Amino acid sequence: METALAILIGLFFTVAIYLLLSRSLIRMLLGIAILGNAVNLLIFTVGRVTREVPPIVPEGEYQPLEAIANPLPQALILTAIVIGFSLFAFLLVLTYRAYQELNADNTDTMRVAEPDDSPRPPLSY
Amino acid sequence: MIPTQAQSFSMLLVAIAPFLTAFVAPLVKRFVPQHAGWVLALIPASIFAYIFSFIDLIAQGEKLRFALPWIPMLGIELSFYLDGLSLVFGLLISGIGTFIVIYSGGYLSGHQHLGRFYAFILMFMGSMLGLVLADNVITLFVFWELTSITSFLLIGFDHSRQASRRAAIQALVITGGGGLLLLAGLVLIGFSMGTLDISTMLQYPGFMAEHSAYLPVFILVLFGAITKSAQVPFHFWLPNAMEAPTPVSAFLHSATMVKAGVYLLARFNPILGGTIEWQVTLPILGGITLITGALLALRQTDMKQMLAYTTMASLGMLVMLIGAGSKEAILAAMLFLVAHSFYKGGLFMVVGAIDHETGTRDITEVSGIAKELPITFFGAALAAFSMAGLPISLGFFAKEEIYLIAKTFEWQHWLIAIVALVGNALMMAAGAAIAIKPFLGPRIATPKSPHEAPLSMLAGPAILAVLGIAAGVFIYQFGDWFFSPSASAVYNHKVSNHLGLHFDPIPLGLSIATWALGGLIHWKLETVRDILRRIARVWTWGPDQGFDQFMFGLVRFADWITRIIQHGRLELYLILVFVALAGAVYAPMVLTGSIPPMPDVLPQLRFQEWGVLLIAALGLLAVVFGRTRLVAIVSLGVQGFAVALIFLLLGAPDLGFTQFMVETLSVVILALVMTKLHLDQRDNRVFEEVIRDGGLALVCGIGLTMLLLAVLQTDLDTTLTEFFTKTSVPIAHGRNIVNVILVDYRAIDTLGEISVVMTAGIAILALIRIRAGGPKRGIGAIKKAVKRATSSARKTRSAS
Repeated sequence: METALAILIGLFFTVAIYLLLSRSLIRMLLGIAILGNAVNLLIFTVGRVTREVPPIVPEGEYQPLEAIANPLPQALILTAIVIGFSLFAFLLVLTYRAYQELNADNTDTMRVAEPDDSPRPPLSY
Repeated sequence: MIPTQAQSFSMLLVAIAPFLTAFVAPLVKRFVPQHAGWVLALIPASIFAYIFSFIDLIAQGEKLRFALPWIPMLGIELSFYLDGLSLVFGLLISGIGTFIVIYSGGYLSGHQHLGRFYAFILMFMGSMLGLVLADNVITLFVFWELTSITSFLLIGFDHSRQASRRAAIQALVITGGGGLLLLAGLVLIGFSMGTLDISTMLQYPGFMAEHSAYLPVFILVLFGAITKSAQVPFHFWLPNAMEAPTPVSAFLHSATMVKAGVYLLARFNPILGGTIEWQVTLPILGGITLITGALLALRQTDMKQMLAYTTMASLGMLVMLIGAGSKEAILAAMLFLVAHSFYKGGLFMVVGAIDHETGTRDITEVSGIAKELPITFFGAALAAFSMAGLPISLGFFAKEEIYLIAKTFEWQHWLIAIVALVGNALMMAAGAAIAIKPFLGPRIATPKSPHEAPLSMLAGPAILAVLGIAAGVFIYQFGDWFFSPSASAVYNHKVSNHLGLHFDPIPLGLSIATWALGGLIHWKLETVRDILRRIARVWTWGPDQGFDQFMFGLVRFADWITRIIQHGRLELYLILVFVALAGAVYAPMVLTGSIPPMPDVLPQLRFQEWGVLLIAALGLLAVVFGRTRLVAIVSLGVQGFAVALIFLLLGAPDLGFTQFMVETLSVVILALVMTKLHLDQRDNRVFEEVIRDGGLALVCGIGLTMLLLAVLQTDLDTTLTEFFTKTSVPIAHGRNIVNVILVDYRAIDTLGEISVVMTAGIAILALIRIRAGGPKRGIGAIKKAVKRATSSARKTRSAS
């Protein structure tokens, strides 16, 4: 199971990176969303996977009776999913507003911070 | 004698007190605006008195090492070293410093930044005291750089003038750059000798000369010294530094800072001296500087510039004498050092007074003001007397001692004596011009009608001038106190005091020749100046212009590099990031040989698991290859749901439900927003870019898969997992272990997570609220402003 997941995670990363390298903002956004899933799956798999046994202690017991799924990566991923969603929402709105203001979704045409013809440094004291 | 803890602490205070005073100096200025200089001068005066109290001990040949533990674990001490050399320097710095602080009050009276000025000059004084008292070479370096920084602040004090700023940057770059080389040299000495303490190094005098690292050490230390002490070809910053207010020039650029390089050479003479390299390089550099400086001095009509160039010449003389290294030469260097500090400090203050009272310091524009400024004239005359080396001033004895070198009848020493003779004669002519021309002769109109300077501006020149004569009269006593101990410290053997009036034909003859030549040059000064100026008109390029070319070249180079590295194209930045990622993933696997074996072709999976993995893969591919945006967005949802199903199947229902929710929201919002925008339907990458990006992405993806497989072959550390599992119910009273971890064990993390969500929400709200409506709001406004700025910059460029 872990081997199969490892290959799938590689595919996730490949697609995410390919999308991120695009100049189109919306594609980069999709790339970020997929990258988040890729990383979550990576953490999940590194913590080893178990089939269908959630980490819950049965009623009336102090310890789980059988082998359970590793709860630690799950806790980390739960945090990561929420934060990833916040980031995605923020970037989405940023893209939207950038499109409205600059009328472009292509990073090549967004040169406000690093303009092509920025002034030369002064040659005096 | 080993100093007590209290004495060690007092010595630390000597270096620190000026810094502490600097903090309160602006306040003192505010409360006693008229007399702040007199009040603040108490600090250097008491430092002077404290150092003076050691004079008998040092005269008896004692060497004191004051040590306080600083970082005991590393064996680093805060240590100070007092011997004849540091005593003389300490007294010069604090003594002249006292008069300089008083003088500043008169010279800059009414200046709005006078308080700041006091702070700077006191900080400089502290740095200089620390430098000459330091025992540890790293401490020495720190104070060395502090003098560069404080001198930068002082030269650039009048920061609204470009000439001032340029001079300040120049001094900082030259002396600071030299300081870095010095650091390398000092560290190298430390490694070679196994100690960082100068006092210990001095116990092994011949050690470095035999060491294989001698040559690099010598070159590095030499560069530190000659940049600080303005030797050719690094001399040009010194005359430019005359942009500073006159008290600064009198203090830093005659008596103290520029002598730091000389101090360094003198201090390291026992450690690095005595070799062929030392005895050839230093006299040649010093001799060239001496003659160049003296000639350039005569070219000037600005009296401050004349003094600056004669200072450069004097520094050349000192370097030459230390290089010569004989007993007489070292004693002569110490005499000349003190004599020069007295008369040059005094003359600078005199020129400042003339400038202050008449409104000009051009020697051709002032004449016959002796009647109006009698005390200033008195100070100038006595100082010039000592500068010319007329009997029986301190300058006289210094000169006699220099010419004693010739008595060995070796050709190198004769050469040094002759060069010194010419230099002395030229300097004498310049000094005489400053003492005679403005004061005597017919009275001519000046920009301001002159009258005697205030007491604060007279005290320094008058007392220094009298000292220059008094030290000559009581030369034997002064020799016992200062010259013999300091020369002994530099020579590293006892230099006995033989100073006094002796009739010795060779030095006397050379002295008479000096006076004759100096008198002749002074008599023909106008002609000499004309000739020198005509030469200067032909010879227009010098290191000063070279400095500008270097600095501008550096700026252009930095600009060029910035344009290459920061080209502003996001996708290229990202390519760099992912290339680095690929490197970081593959390199450790290859280097440690932990490349995982090829996995089984068909893993043992259940039917539903196969299905879910297939859905995820299809969703991913559809995102990339989808023909329209909408397909891409829906496919994004497909892969997200597949991930949720994976979580569900593998015992993580919490993750699964959260993932379902988040993916649904993402897709809905994305679809809503995207329908409002008119975006390109397809990816607009050309074929080459697809290959480049796809290749890189594939390399990264495969690498991460391999990394993961490699990690999966190692054992998992389950300590934390076991702890959480065991204690979830007994301690935290929760049955869902994941939830317990989130809200109990890692509650602060969860708080942070919620804060992130909140911050993102606020940021989103702000983004939506900012409208492009007004000209002063919105991102578009920034873009327009940048466009306006660049186009106007372009206009000014093309106009110029």
